[in-house]
Amino acid sequence: MSEAATSVNPGLIPPLLAKRASRRWLFSAILTTAIVALPVLSVIFLAFFPEENIWPHLMDTTLPRYLVTTLKLMTGVGAITLVIGLSTAWAVTMCEFPGRKFFEWAMLLPFAVPAYVIAYVYTSLLDYAGPVQGILRDWFGWANAADYWFPEIRSLEGATLMLGLVLYPYVYLLARAAFLDQSPSLFAVSRSLGHSALSTFFKVVLPIARPAVAVGLSLVLMETLNDFGTVDFFAVQTLTAGLFDTWMNLGNLGGAAQIATTMLIFVVILVTLERYSRRRQQQFAARDNRDPIRRFTMSFPRQMICVAVCAVPVVFGFVIPGVTLGVYAWEYFDESWNPVFVRNTLNSLFLSGTAALTTLLIGVTLAYSRRLHNTRGMKVLMRLSSLGYAMPGAVLAVGVIVPLAGFDNWLDSLMRDYFGVSTGLILSGSAFAIVFAYTVRFLAVSAGSVESALQKITPSMDMASRSLGNSPGKTLVKVHLPMLRGTLITAALVVFVDCMKELPATLILRPFNFETLATYVYQFASDERLYHSALPALIIVLAGIVPIILMSRSISNTRSMA
Amino acid sequence: MRMKLAATAAIALTALPLAASADSEVNIYSYRQAYLLEPLLNAFEKETGIKSNVVFAKQGLAERLEREGRNSPADVVMTVDISRLNELVERDLVQGVDNDVLEKNIPESLRHPEGKWIGLTTRARLIYTSKERVEEGEITTYEQLADDKWDNRICTRSGKHPYNIALISSMIAHHGEAETETWLNGVKDNLARKPQGGDRDQIKAISEGVCDVAIGNSYYYGNMLQDENQRAAAEAVRLVFPNADGRGTHINISGISLTKSAPNRDNAIKLMEFLSSPEAQGIYATANTEYPANPNVKPTGLVAEWGEIHPDSLSLQKIAEYRNAAVKLVDRVDFDGE
Repeated sequence: MSEAATSVNPGLIPPLLAKRASRRWLFSAILTTAIVALPVLSVIFLAFFPEENIWPHLMDTTLPRYLVTTLKLMTGVGAITLVIGLSTAWAVTMCEFPGRKFFEWAMLLPFAVPAYVIAYVYTSLLDYAGPVQGILRDWFGWANAADYWFPEIRSLEGATLMLGLVLYPYVYLLARAAFLDQSPSLFAVSRSLGHSALSTFFKVVLPIARPAVAVGLSLVLMETLNDFGTVDFFAVQTLTAGLFDTWMNLGNLGGAAQIATTMLIFVVILVTLERYSRRRQQQFAARDNRDPIRRFTMSFPRQMICVAVCAVPVVFGFVIPGVTLGVYAWEYFDESWNPVFVRNTLNSLFLSGTAALTTLLIGVTLAYSRRLHNTRGMKVLMRLSSLGYAMPGAVLAVGVIVPLAGFDNWLDSLMRDYFGVSTGLILSGSAFAIVFAYTVRFLAVSAGSVESALQKITPSMDMASRSLGNSPGKTLVKVHLPMLRGTLITAALVVFVDCMKELPATLILRPFNFETLATYVYQFASDERLYHSALPALIIVLAGIVPIILMSRSISNTRSMA
Repeated sequence: MRMKLAATAAIALTALPLAASADSEVNIYSYRQAYLLEPLLNAFEKETGIKSNVVFAKQGLAERLEREGRNSPADVVMTVDISRLNELVERDLVQGVDNDVLEKNIPESLRHPEGKWIGLTTRARLIYTSKERVEEGEITTYEQLADDKWDNRICTRSGKHPYNIALISSMIAHHGEAETETWLNGVKDNLARKPQGGDRDQIKAISEGVCDVAIGNSYYYGNMLQDENQRAAAEAVRLVFPNADGRGTHINISGISLTKSAPNRDNAIKLMEFLSSPEAQGIYATANTEYPANPNVKPTGLVAEWGEIHPDSLSLQKIAEYRNAAVKLVDRVDFDGE
């Protein structure tokens, strides 16, 4: 998500070239981008060779429906996340009410819950056999489903709500950062010119915050487009579902790759819109952070409204699912706590940890090369390397298998021919494939945040260090990295948590007898045995809380430092 | 430099779990969940000392096999439906097995002519009806599911699920595509809710009063009767073996194929022989209430109670052939739509 703040500032940083040394950086940037872009390119390549031209059939039948459903889902999720994200960000930033400090970071908690987990939990609570309907039947003496109406959770509306509840923190996070950044005097001026607080919000505050909100929203929409677990469980026919269908049921990988490419176009549009809305960011840069924010003091009932507005999303998005999982995990603890669980946890930690470090390493390489070579070519490289973020996990998995297995088989033939030994599938048959997939998928997160953090470091630092005789590499290690520490930790943690949650690619790529917490949860929960997977699900959620607290701190700090 | 080192280390570390191809092992790609295979594989290990390694996935296994090529570690693929077996043959990913034991244990109709797949169990696609709200004999054929009388009374899982696709393929084989489309439209109009969940959910839906009639496989009902938490729901339901008096009930198979590259070929064939043996077939029948493919193994318990089944004589190959037509039909009818 931190890719968000990649404000492009051509011309600000003079090219810090010292020919040979920095040429090595350029080379490694090109090489890593080439490797990382391989899976995406393989998918696009596959799209040109479908087993059978499936488009006429798709256009006649399902594709329009998939598109409409996807758009409805995206609109719904977008609306929910905007309403929740903006209202709560505004409340905790501008209003004084009991628990405000707590909600400042608590609003982020639903982030820790993967969408598929919240879908499993609410289905188990709200379906016919669940406690809610059971209690209602008891109270009203209904005998069976024919006696009353109850909203169907497994529906488009249900999926919209589930995704909205766990994705709104993107909007909240960025909106809050933007509100904190705004000069309070703007607000004061507007009020003195006769605008009410509400009309000031819509006429002054929101337009200024718009670029940041657009970033948050575009991330929400990308995640929505990518979701597989929830729409699969709720039988909602989105493009992702259609892609799986074309691949699995029609056995047409090429056709699936074509849908994937269509989705990629969606993403490119989103990203372009988002960049377009940030295009004029500089004009708002004249900010004045010295004025402390003067929060509204309000009457007691109004304060209570603020509490309610903030509490509702946290309760539904985090407390209820967390407590439900906690209770299930407690009840089934003896069954769940076994060597398999421990091994799966270690697998998850190992894979996510390795992937987090790798993405960080590559992210730093790319971002620093970009700093050294601030050219249009480098900009394109950065974009190319971020494409993986837009790929649905399952498609990415296929994209990973193609080049890796190709390489493995090539190496194997070579070794057989010359040395008579078979090396087998050293890359595609091992956990390397998963780590590679994670890296490609989440590189955008680390590269983006490192890039934007680097931009805040003035070039005179580089110049000073370089004029003292340090190479670009030494400058990075001695000057930049220490200053970037906070960003690096946050970026690594966010990637780590995203990897812990990742499902579809892991499912397809994992080696024999190899489960992660996510695949384990999926296997049981999608079979309606949530009880057995409550403990691993809870671990995923708990792991997700750590970076949330860190992120939240880093935002508050920017303001208090000023 | 630093990066290169780290990358090498990462590769070295992650490549470790791969080095598992010892002598007494067999590697399985499975479309069926690993925990369901466990009792069978444990019995196999006990008997032969051969350890089984499993990768379970609902999709992507054939793809993975194809990309891995001759280096694939997989020895066998286990599936729960004829179309997937057929897909493996069509993509040329599996090899024929010419084996006396298998030929003795499994009837010809449940084997590929060249032994490229072997059926292990058969499962009948049935109609479940509510004991309370539907009279015995009120519905006896798949065709009747389209009757107006069932308006707003039918539940089923997604039309795209392989089990339903196979059923629709068999309808196309018998009635042609146009007539099947009319039928499928009729069934869709009768649905009480959007297709969702699995077959068990349909049984639950009948017991909850959401619908009166549902489509589902025989063994789900059997498994629910054996699970004390789900027994009550299953007891609200009656099984109908459709078209028993006519062309017969639609059946599908679960099966196994030997991959082309199989590095542990001998062990894999031992596994196939074992799974067709009376012992393993008995486990399938009792633990999962499926019909054994081995005719020498008599169904026990529940399966025996359901009595003799009259299966549709349509060849499994035909069902696999009409698969794509069936999938497209489901799209045209928008069977899974709101």
